[in-house]
Amino acid sequence: MPTANDLKERIEQALPGARVEVEDLTGGGDHFRAEVVSERFSGLSRIQQHKLIYDVFGGEVGGPIHALSIKTSTPGDGR
Amino acid sequence: MTNEEIRSFIDNAIRENRVMLFMKGTPHQPACGFSARASGALNALGVQYAALDILPDPRIRQELSAVSGWPTIPQLFVDGELVGGSDIVMEMFESGELAELVGAEQPEAPEVEEQQPQKRPLGLENRLG
Repeated sequence: MPTANDLKERIEQALPGARVEVEDLTGGGDHFRAEVVSERFSGLSRIQQHKLIYDVFGGEVGGPIHALSIKTSTPGDGR
Repeated sequence: MTNEEIRSFIDNAIRENRVMLFMKGTPHQPACGFSARASGALNALGVQYAALDILPDPRIRQELSAVSGWPTIPQLFVDGELVGGSDIVMEMFESGELAELVGAEQPEAPEVEEQQPQKRPLGLENRLG
């Protein structure tokens, strides 16, 4: 069962320099919410930004990770 | 129904319906909170859309994700293009981008409430036998 911290570390490895926060929404290790701020997102559509995150986990999203809610932004967004 | 037939049903649904939502359950009875939010946003905009419940056969979801490259449900397509899942749909709903995209009026206080859907959902169930 993955933990919020596992997910955070994997996103950070895939997107070096990103600011990542992951929350386990149910405490059950299967519904997560990730907020990611990264320069890598600049110039990308939301779809492409979210796909970058989904790609970190491949087939696990929709499998062992039932739900991964994502919020992405770039440092320039000032959010 | 073969996987190819399911795939072609999905392709057609995306092509033939300007606003097409793949979800768990139906707009009248969503079976998952994320799907409820996405269909609720479309209901709040009063937009005509088609919806397909992916739950009756696991192959629907499998084929859909193969078509879209998107792993989770719901998935919203507008004009044949994947717009996103529930997070993106909600962000765009709240910002007014979704209203603009589907050509609807942005509600003054965009909230997802109990609104009646504008169209009956598409049914695949009776074709699966």
